[in-house]
Amino acid sequence: MNGGNILEVRDLQVSFSTYEGEVQAVRGVTFDLRRGETLAIVGESGSGKSVTAKSIMRLNPEANTIVGSGEILFDGRDLVKLSEKQMQNIRGPKIAMVFQDPMTSLDPTMKVGRQITESLKKHLGMSGSDASKRAEELLALVGIPNPKERVRQYPHQFSGGMRQRVVIAIALACEPQILIADEPTTALDVTIQAQILDLLRELQEKIGTSVILITHDLGVVASIADRIAVMYAGKIVETGTVRETFYGPQMPYTWGLLASIPLPNADRSQDLIPIPGSPPDMSDPPEGCPFAARCPYVMRVCPTEFPEYTTFSAEHQAACWLHHPMAPNVEPPARVRGAK
Amino acid sequence: MTEQNGNERAILEVKDLKKHFRVGRGVYLKAVDGVTLEVQKGETFGLVGESGCGKTTVGRVLVRLYEPSEGEVLFAGEDVHGTGGDEGKLLNRKMQMIFQDPQASLNPRMIVGDIIAEGIDIHHLASSSQERLDRVHELLETVGLNKEHANRFPHEFSGGQRQRIGVARALAVEPEFIVADEPVSALDVSIQAQVINLMKRLQRERDLTYLFISHDLSVVKYVSDRVGVMYLGTMVEMAPSDELYSNPLHPYTQALLSAVPIPDPDVELERERTVLQGDVPSPVNPPSGCHFRTRCPRAVEASAQIDPPWREISPGHWVQACPCFT
Repeated sequence: MNGGNILEVRDLQVSFSTYEGEVQAVRGVTFDLRRGETLAIVGESGSGKSVTAKSIMRLNPEANTIVGSGEILFDGRDLVKLSEKQMQNIRGPKIAMVFQDPMTSLDPTMKVGRQITESLKKHLGMSGSDASKRAEELLALVGIPNPKERVRQYPHQFSGGMRQRVVIAIALACEPQILIADEPTTALDVTIQAQILDLLRELQEKIGTSVILITHDLGVVASIADRIAVMYAGKIVETGTVRETFYGPQMPYTWGLLASIPLPNADRSQDLIPIPGSPPDMSDPPEGCPFAARCPYVMRVCPTEFPEYTTFSAEHQAACWLHHPMAPNVEPPARVRGAK
Repeated sequence: MTEQNGNERAILEVKDLKKHFRVGRGVYLKAVDGVTLEVQKGETFGLVGESGCGKTTVGRVLVRLYEPSEGEVLFAGEDVHGTGGDEGKLLNRKMQMIFQDPQASLNPRMIVGDIIAEGIDIHHLASSSQERLDRVHELLETVGLNKEHANRFPHEFSGGQRQRIGVARALAVEPEFIVADEPVSALDVSIQAQVINLMKRLQRERDLTYLFISHDLSVVKYVSDRVGVMYLGTMVEMAPSDELYSNPLHPYTQALLSAVPIPDPDVELERERTVLQGDVPSPVNPPSGCHFRTRCPRAVEASAQIDPPWREISPGHWVQACPCFT
């Protein structure tokens, strides 16, 4: 394991057995998370981004999840192989997760304070009174006014944004090395979103946590992430630093994503450039490049074979046949080139 | 883009609209508390605001899903809520709605053909079953689906396709005015663009007028000719789209715009943000004077005492003139 990396995911394959057959949600995903960075995993619904995150936490339903292959290396250990008991000592104190909907991740029948002290007592062995004090500090840290009173309240007494702060406080309680945030602001209004993103940035500076941010909002990515991994149909199709990916994207799906969002200074008389069609059915994923069916630059080889990753810089890689020496030279759409 | 023309009558006039919901004995939730706006024929009026600001309630009152508590809504000069019987039915035909969640707004037990034709049946727009079928097929093709889809059930479609069905259903009765309530919020970005382009094309082809409700300021700016910003049941600012985004006057509009993350890392790096503190107060007991004052970075003492007047600052640019900035 590379010393700069805190987490290495290698060739992860995850599928679910359903009554309609096997759904291949993640099909060979490889990425690293560096110490102290924010990595954004971007993709549309069904691209496998949440499943990847839940695999790291081992939160996919045990009954029907099949981890086909792959390693998730954390601290020299392969999380895939750990027992549930060993996993419980990682989940929470070492790697914590924040979910999209704060109402479903909090226990409605339990006072907020107890939900925070729970992990403090279990993982850090704190006494009840120390833990309660720490819970108040944590609520103050995430910007909740009157923490002394707030710890004695129930989740329903909090607003949406405040609840998400509570969830973040719980996640940060044991100062985890990795925080996985799965669409942490999607359910929130923009002004509250700005507050939560500010909070994440601030806390990362203070605690030095590495963050995996899962989102479909490229605006959020631009404002907070260091690196991006773009997922499509269970594969990472492009990865790079935020600047490389926004200003020099190298594959048509990323082009399409960037071109389909209305920019603030866009000309309204011009149509947006949508990506035609819809993502493939993952119970029967295409053999070759999964984007081939929607790609305007599709070539004969695309539907049959998945392209190798082409490396553009130390951080920047993309999987696309257009970078093969025999492929025609294709310019990305003007909208994407003009983004800079 | 419609020219603002003084002697041309607006297709929709909303005058001091209020909608209060009773939530307890003598306790009212003031979802909409005095909204005035006009929409010209053929234009798209965007309504933005955060959850709970009343934008959806405004849309629902307009299409007669709710009765207003006060104020009136005129459609082509006719009082929308004072009409019943055949005239009311005609209004229902002319004003249609597209909902946010295509999963919840399509009856799962009906085939798509019947969902789309329901309005045609109610308003007797087809004289024979063949004509009805032809209309359905034509509508499906208009929204980018095909004939065969008429015999399928909603669950057999993806989110984007379902939203197209919602659009086809609204179009079936040949409306003049469509309230689109967060029509693309539930969709992925690449699919969002498909539905937005479809709506814009239909507007050009059929001279439709839209009230486009959304919390996504980038989408609203892109589709709208004019935009109104709502906060706690009132309209705080209203202006032509470009003007509102380049020259926002109300502190709330400014904060809202500055909160939207822009998909451009360099821009984000340099941006100064006004991050609002706290949450939106309860619409049951909104703050006195300027409703925004409890979160406003610029609030002054007078903000609490004076109900800010609705003032036209420059042609077409209206704002709640709170003493904190005027």
